[in-house]
Amino acid sequence: MPQTIGIPKETFAGEKRVATAPEVVEKLIKLGFSVTVESGAGEGASFFDEAFTNAGAKVAASAAEIWSTSDIIFKVREPEMSEVALMKAGQTLISFIWPAQNPDLMKALAERKVTVLAMDCVPRLLSRAQKMDALTSMAGIGGYRAVIEAANAFGRYFNGQITAAGKIPPAKVFIAGAGVAGLAAIGTAAGLGAIVRANDTRAEVADQVKSLGGEFVKVDYEEEGSGGGGYAKVMSEGFQKAQREMYAQQAKDVDIIITTALIPGKPAPRLITAEMVASMKPGSVIVDMAAERGGNCELTEADKAVVKHGVTIIGYTDLASRLAKQSSTLYATNLFRLTEELCKAKDGQIVVNMEDDAIRGFTVIKDGEITWPPPPLKLPAPPAPKAAAVVAKPEEKKSSGIGQAIAVLLGAGLFALIGAFAPTAFIGHFTVFVLAIFVGYMVVWNVTPALHTPLMSVTNAISSIITIGALLQVAPPHAEGRLDDLILGIAVAGIALTSINTFGGFAVTRRMLLMFQK
Amino acid sequence: MISANLTTVAYIAATILFILSLGGLSNPETSRRGNWFGIIGMTIAVLATVFGSRGTQTGEVSILASHGLVYVVAAMAIGGTIGLIAAKVVKMTQMPELVAIMHSLVGLAACTIGFASFIDTTPLDVPAKDLVASETIHLIEIYVGILIGAVTFSGSVIAFGKLSGKIGGKPVILPGRHLLNLIGLLVVIYYGYVFVAAGGLHGQAPTAAVLLPLIIMTVLALLFGIHMVMAIGGADMPVVVSMLNSYSGWAAAATGFMLSNDLLIVVGALVGSSGAILSYIMCRAMNRKFLAVISGGFGTGGGTAVKKPDGEPQGEVTPISAADTAALLKESKNVIIVPGYGMAVAQAQHSVFEITKLLREKGVNVRFGIHPVAGRMPGHMNVLLAEAKVPYDIVLEMEEINEDFPETDVAMVIGANDIVNPAAQEDPTSPIAGMPVLEVWKAKTSIMMKRSMASGYAGVDNPLFYKENNRMLFGDAKKMLDEVLANLKA
Repeated sequence: MPQTIGIPKETFAGEKRVATAPEVVEKLIKLGFSVTVESGAGEGASFFDEAFTNAGAKVAASAAEIWSTSDIIFKVREPEMSEVALMKAGQTLISFIWPAQNPDLMKALAERKVTVLAMDCVPRLLSRAQKMDALTSMAGIGGYRAVIEAANAFGRYFNGQITAAGKIPPAKVFIAGAGVAGLAAIGTAAGLGAIVRANDTRAEVADQVKSLGGEFVKVDYEEEGSGGGGYAKVMSEGFQKAQREMYAQQAKDVDIIITTALIPGKPAPRLITAEMVASMKPGSVIVDMAAERGGNCELTEADKAVVKHGVTIIGYTDLASRLAKQSSTLYATNLFRLTEELCKAKDGQIVVNMEDDAIRGFTVIKDGEITWPPPPLKLPAPPAPKAAAVVAKPEEKKSSGIGQAIAVLLGAGLFALIGAFAPTAFIGHFTVFVLAIFVGYMVVWNVTPALHTPLMSVTNAISSIITIGALLQVAPPHAEGRLDDLILGIAVAGIALTSINTFGGFAVTRRMLLMFQK
Repeated sequence: MISANLTTVAYIAATILFILSLGGLSNPETSRRGNWFGIIGMTIAVLATVFGSRGTQTGEVSILASHGLVYVVAAMAIGGTIGLIAAKVVKMTQMPELVAIMHSLVGLAACTIGFASFIDTTPLDVPAKDLVASETIHLIEIYVGILIGAVTFSGSVIAFGKLSGKIGGKPVILPGRHLLNLIGLLVVIYYGYVFVAAGGLHGQAPTAAVLLPLIIMTVLALLFGIHMVMAIGGADMPVVVSMLNSYSGWAAAATGFMLSNDLLIVVGALVGSSGAILSYIMCRAMNRKFLAVISGGFGTGGGTAVKKPDGEPQGEVTPISAADTAALLKESKNVIIVPGYGMAVAQAQHSVFEITKLLREKGVNVRFGIHPVAGRMPGHMNVLLAEAKVPYDIVLEMEEINEDFPETDVAMVIGANDIVNPAAQEDPTSPIAGMPVLEVWKAKTSIMMKRSMASGYAGVDNPLFYKENNRMLFGDAKKMLDEVLANLKA
């Protein structure tokens, strides 16, 4: 009996997203599930009931039907208490939960003896969990939309132009916080032709900012702001002072400020004061993406666009929902990837395997038991090999050191022996031999790798110089008892063999080199 | 007739020409000139030997005087004809085999010359006071010369067999092989001692007591050569080929010592050190120690089969059709093609070039990224691409191109596997950990052309297959590329 996935309509006022999309429904059915969608659930995202039916889903008339008949519920926003009341034991809910901010909701859900998987708890550091990371996909959309909202409220072009009607300077955009949302905003604004500057307390993102066409503005103060897990941390007083000065300066210069600064589990940092707003040029725009958590700007009012000191301050908290079709599709795909992880057998049954790091991370309630927060993630490989390498190194060094010493000693011994006993003629040859090795080393070291094959075939041809040896044996000084005929035969055979090499080697090298062309 | 001094001067000229030849090979602009230097050097050396004479204590001797010319000309004509024909008919994909079999000839020649020198009873050309020491050294030289020659010969023959597919590519590992090798070495050293001790002065006919140790050693050396190359896996072939190249040089140098000929010594040393450097470069490219490669067998160090770590690559691979590949390529601005042995096997280099040409006409920046050990001999891929007329300035080395992958739209991997395996960087437990690889996964999309999901020569699973931005184009490289080409033209 395949499990049923139910998708109710979002109940939160103004929420246009839906937790699945018709193309994803098809994939879910391929995994073995049956899918039921509440009538009208996708209208806000322009997915109509017919599209869902065509994709193979059933359409249920009421939310109550969904909640009572489904084994698994997909949602976007955390459920309201009225929805929680509809849940029954053994059901699985997958949606955004924000367990830290919603302790009451967690308690209520636990009482219903259900399993809850929180999309906001996907361990984003695990690379294989990235495909399920809805926070990232939503933040990217938010960043894009923030620029579009700013452009809408801004009375000028973004890109500079020189027209018959005069010269238009490009808009200057400053983006505070270069996380996923910030980077998306940088890319979008740069794409529209604006001059983009960005700042983040984490110095390592500077390269990412540059790669998207932005300019990284440094705070003139030394402190590393990475708080682990790819998030920022609260900075010291001295740093904050320097940062405020930098923001004040930017506020006077730029036309648009987009703030995205958030610190996990804390109110959003106050970056833009009322004075800074007042110092901005009239007609400027601020988009405060942290409005939901108190705002990065002092004058932000959540869910509203207000004009203060001639500056439009946009505090919308539903930026992703304003791009409902896009965000629903991405979110639905994140949910699908997560379902795949839960249903490796592709038999339409999910298994919440608490041994799996990724699944453990986002399972916040398991069969009525609160399992949040998860134990700290065992980070994959990087730290471990370092330790191993440190242990292994001294040993390795020691052995190779001894090896080298032995080699040097052996070499020295050999040279000493030769020097002591060998006759003069041999010493002469030996000198030539050693020098030739060094000449070979110097000459060959610079050969471009592209020519390694021709080099080998030419050295192969040259090594048939050994033919000289055979030639010399054809005509040695005559001596008593010399097996002339036998030696001549062997020598001639040797000449024939090496001639194959001489002629063949040079010819094939020539053939190869002729092919190399610009 | 050329005087002895003139012969020596000619040898010096030949030596300089050979050095210039190797130097000329260092870049494509001067490489053809380099080859000509080699040819001229060889001609001078041979002519000076044939028509020259050399001074000995018993007077000057020459080939012309002993009526050997006709034999020499006949032998060269036969050998030369075979060589020229082989050079003409060999396919570029068979270059590694040709080079390997040619190395075996040098090894064999070193053996024949060694034996001939041994049975030669001509007194050594040294002052009487040095005679005893010189005899000993001469015998050691013969022994070592034949030893190196025999190892080169049998090793090259096996390498030829492996490269041409006549012998399986998998390493054949005998139990206790290190011990076997060690015992073999000790036996060789022991018989060397016996040989030198029993070997008398020149002027005496060789006796069984002296010949026996020499023959035992030769057999052992042949076995050692076979054993050594059999134990080496296909992926390590580039190292083996260049190592045998080096051996053939040392064999020539040993022969030079044996015959007191400086030209042979110099050229042998040049070739020997150049082969050794190439081997070293190859080993560095695989981040492996030379000894580890020579002692053979990939992943045999721990004795365990490839371990599946916790972060085992998993998930699904995303296949792609030839039509979609063509569409993807058309829309790209930057494309990097990474060829491997699979391209050589499928003879796909011409299709690759056609696609490259078409895309470049459309303004797509197509370049090639070559891993140092791609293919079965050093520089194998460069030669194949050159054969297909791909201009060499868009064929780049790994170091040159690796940092460009993030700005690349499509990275197309044709029949390569281990050289693009991200496990080398990401998984410290992987057998190929630390080997420098081409970072194709950093491109926006990577397309992997492969016949099946099988792992590469190193027997390591490739997490690249499962990366989200990777697509698999299954099928024979040539056939699939032709389909891609057809779709591009459409």
